[in-house]
Amino acid sequence: MSHSRPLTPWWLTAPAFLLFTCLLLVPLLLTAVLSFNAYDPVTGVKAGEFTLEHYAHVFTDDYYYGIFWRTFWISGLVTLICIAVGAPEAYILSRMGKPWRSILLLVVLAPLLVSVVVRAFGWSLLLGPEGLVNGCLKLIGLQPVRMLYTEIAVVVALVHVMLPFMVIPVWTSLQKLDHGVENAALSLGASPFTTLRRIVLPQVLPGILSGSLIVFGLAASAFAIPGLLGGRRLKMVATVVYDEYLHELNWPLGAAIALILLVANLVVMLSYNRLLEGRYKKSLV
Amino acid sequence: MRQNGPLALLFNALVITFMLAPLLVVCLVAFTPENTLSLPTTEFSLRWFEAVFVHPDFVQSFWNSLWLALASATLATLLAVPAGMAITRYNFPGRDFLNGLFLSPLIIPHLVLGVALLRLFALVGGGGSFGWLVLAHALIITPYTLRLVVAALVGFDRSAEQAALSLGASQTQMFIRVTLPMILPGVTGGWLLAFINSFDEVTMSIFVTSPSTITLPVRMYMYATESIDPLMAAVSALMVAVTALAMLILDRVYGLDRVLVGR
Repeated sequence: MSHSRPLTPWWLTAPAFLLFTCLLLVPLLLTAVLSFNAYDPVTGVKAGEFTLEHYAHVFTDDYYYGIFWRTFWISGLVTLICIAVGAPEAYILSRMGKPWRSILLLVVLAPLLVSVVVRAFGWSLLLGPEGLVNGCLKLIGLQPVRMLYTEIAVVVALVHVMLPFMVIPVWTSLQKLDHGVENAALSLGASPFTTLRRIVLPQVLPGILSGSLIVFGLAASAFAIPGLLGGRRLKMVATVVYDEYLHELNWPLGAAIALILLVANLVVMLSYNRLLEGRYKKSLV
Repeated sequence: MRQNGPLALLFNALVITFMLAPLLVVCLVAFTPENTLSLPTTEFSLRWFEAVFVHPDFVQSFWNSLWLALASATLATLLAVPAGMAITRYNFPGRDFLNGLFLSPLIIPHLVLGVALLRLFALVGGGGSFGWLVLAHALIITPYTLRLVVAALVGFDRSAEQAALSLGASQTQMFIRVTLPMILPGVTGGWLLAFINSFDEVTMSIFVTSPSTITLPVRMYMYATESIDPLMAAVSALMVAVTALAMLILDRVYGLDRVLVGR
């Protein structure tokens, strides 16, 4: 019956396609056009006049260069920490006994569903000058450290938000692991470390890679965390776009930065995906 | 030989503490009797929760967020069920494109979506209205419902449908009486996941809300950038409670582990 009605799939997808055309494709196109529109601080956007000025501005101005660089290194650092913490955590959880295994997995993943504003606020309580972390430092006789409104707070909170995105793919690839192979390596005299390095690690590598790609992409475009924990001074790309739109009112420049972020994100994700597919096609299926 | 050593267990305990610490501290500070952000030391007080319920902005934003999440999750489900049927059951030109398009809000930064929608609303007018907000939220949460609907349809045994048809049921009757009940866990799970994601969304909403439609997370973001007092902790604790309730229901109808890590 599915072959006799060739139009059915289009009817079924039409409502969703309509929504995605009107609220995704068209607005993105409009924004792309806007980013080439000339802008005058007094009269605003000049429709019909086109310029490359905004892109040139972003690529040559040290201010924007600095923000892109900071966003890049913070996202990179967050990705590395997520690999270093998330991958072992997923492995440890996968080796736990029956009730704890799923309970603790949920404890690690459930914060994913709590609003990022709440989590950012929680970290501002913990990392503030009078916060719990500095309180503990004082208790053991150390100097308090300024963390709130610095890179430290942003990185810590981003790791908290992103860690589940690393644990999930690593966990998924660990589920596919054949424990017989692990036991075979051990019974043939390999040390636990060698087994981990030569048997387990190669098989979870696709999971780690796809996790890092998600983490990097989300961290690079994060808005609420740098907005609330970075303060006014510490800008990242997303908070700068917000400023251009709602404070400076220079929409074309904001649109140009947003599109650079989008393209950079898509390039990282898609090229990484290509790499994954090429090298790990078998293990991904 | 699949035991965790003491070092591994310590590592695990630290990670669990790290993940729970900010949420626990928010919920504890919400009960402080003091005027400052401090852990309650002498007694638990509900005064800041009372302050939330008489704060007109937060109350209004809570209802905005609730109605918005209900409406947009329902709309997203109504779009995702037929789209999921088409994608899993038909082989038609453009299928991969449509599938990619419908999932794309997962990889397009919400910031970019917010900026793009702001431009659209500025051109067509009516920016910040509740109707536009429902459509915008439906856009970003459709991928979640679509994924669960597709997952439900992929392992679907179609013999029951064929039996219904051969017994004289129409296509519509077959869908309502046979197909829908069988994929219902996926549909309701998708609806709940969409609800949670809409209720939590801040980055896109901050661009497209107007003063009368400000959602709770946006209100909290704005409040937190200006002043910090235990009121914020009380609102956060209420957010955690609403999310936890939704998660509990999600766990009952679909299984939280299935939503978060697949099978």
